[in-house]
Amino acid sequence: MIGPVVQWLTDPANWEGDRGIIAQTLAHLEYSFVALLLAALVAVPLGLYIGHTGRGRVVVVSTAGGFRAIPSLGVLFIAVLLLLPRLSGDAAFEVPSLIVLFILAIPPILSGVYSGVQQVDPGARDAAKGMGMTGSQVLFGVELPCALPLIFSGMRSAMLQIIATATIAAIVGLGGLGRYLIDGQATQDYAEMAGGALLVAALALGVDFVFGLVQRLTVSPGLATSD
Amino acid sequence: MRILGVPADEIVRLTLDHIYLAGLPLLIGLLLAIPLGWLALRRAWLYGPLIASTGLLYTIPSLALFILLPGILGTRILDPVNVVVAMTLYTIALLARTVADGLSSVPETVRQAATAMGFSTVRRLLRVELPLAVPVIAAGLRVAAVSNVSIVSVAALVGVQQLGILFTEGFNRNAIGPIMVGVVACLFLALLFDAIILTVTRLLTPWQRAVAT
Repeated sequence: MIGPVVQWLTDPANWEGDRGIIAQTLAHLEYSFVALLLAALVAVPLGLYIGHTGRGRVVVVSTAGGFRAIPSLGVLFIAVLLLLPRLSGDAAFEVPSLIVLFILAIPPILSGVYSGVQQVDPGARDAAKGMGMTGSQVLFGVELPCALPLIFSGMRSAMLQIIATATIAAIVGLGGLGRYLIDGQATQDYAEMAGGALLVAALALGVDFVFGLVQRLTVSPGLATSD
Repeated sequence: MRILGVPADEIVRLTLDHIYLAGLPLLIGLLLAIPLGWLALRRAWLYGPLIASTGLLYTIPSLALFILLPGILGTRILDPVNVVVAMTLYTIALLARTVADGLSSVPETVRQAATAMGFSTVRRLLRVELPLAVPVIAAGLRVAAVSNVSIVSVAALVGVQQLGILFTEGFNRNAIGPIMVGVVACLFLALLFDAIILTVTRLLTPWQRAVAT
C-alpha cells in the first residue's frame, strides 16, 4: 500500500509542469490566501466595530454557530450550478469556488475578532480612557493588540476551513492539490489519491505552523501566557 | 412521494445513514476523550503534547483523511468504517482539550471535600468531577456535533452513502432541488443533535436550573 504512494510522491515527473505538484501547491495557496484576504477585509473591520461598540453582538453569536452547520459541499455545488451559465472559461469554476471559500471564512474570523476585543480586561480599557486616549486610540492601541491571540485563532481556523474546502472544490474543476484526490478517484489510482491527500495534509499543517510563528512574533509577550 | 425530485424513502434512508455516521463517532469520541482529558490533567507533562497532537489531527482536511484511512486501516475506500474512524478522530481532537478544561474548572475545595468524604479517585471522577464539568464538555460536544454533521457530507466524494450523496447526484444531473433537500436535511440534523445535547445537559445539571430561577 505504502510503496506505490511513495513512488508516486518521489517521481520527479509528478512534480514538474503546469499540472505538477509544485504548480498545484502554488495554485492551492493562491486561492486560499486570496479568499482569506477578502474575508478578512470584511470580517476584521466588522468584528472590531462590533467588539468595540457592542452593537450587533447577538447577530454574530447566533450566526457563527449556525454557519458551521452548513455543508460546504452542498453550498459549493449550488454556487456552481447558479453561476455556471453566467460565466465562461476558467472563471466558471474559479468564481463560484472563491465566493464559497470567502463566505465560509467570514464567521470564524468575525467571531475571533469580536470575542478578542470583547474579552479585553475592562480595567485596561478604562485605564486607556483615563489616560485621555480617544476611542480609536483605545481600539488600535489597546484593544487590538490585546485581542491578537483570539484574532489569530479565528484566522487560523478560517484558513484550515478554506484549505479543506478548496480541496473539495476540485470536484467542480478548481485547480490545486485537490485535483490529485479527485482525478485519482476517477482513474481508480489509489497511489495518486493518497499521495495528494498527504500533500494536502502537509500543506494544511505547514500553513498553520507558519501562522503560529507569525502569531508568536506579533503577539505581545505579556499576553503569551493567556494563549 | 417525492420532495424536489427526491423520493421520500431515499431521504429517510440517507438521513438515517447520516445520523449513524455523524452520531456514533460523537459517542465513541466522547467516551475516549474523557479518559484522555483526565489523564492530561492528572499528568501535567501530558497536557502540552495532547493538545498539540489533537490540534494537528484537526488540521488535516476531511477529504484527505477519508482517503488516507483506508490505506492505514486496510479497509476498502467505500467502507463507511473509514468515515466513522475519521469523525471519531475529529471528535476526540475537539473534546480531549474540552474535557481537560472542564475537569480543571472544578473548584479545588470541592475535590478536597470529596476526597475527605472517602471518595476513591475513580468514584470522585465519576460522581463529582465529571458531573460538574458537564456544562463545559457539553459546549464542546455541541460544536463537535454540528461540525460532524457537515463534514460527513464530504464523504459523498468517495461514494459513502449519506445525505451528501444528494449533493453529488444533484450536481451530476444539473438539478438544484436534491442539493437543497440535502442542505436542509443537514441543517435539520445539526439542530436535532444540538437539541438532544441541550436536553441531556439540562437533565444532568439540575442545579443550574435551580440557580437560574
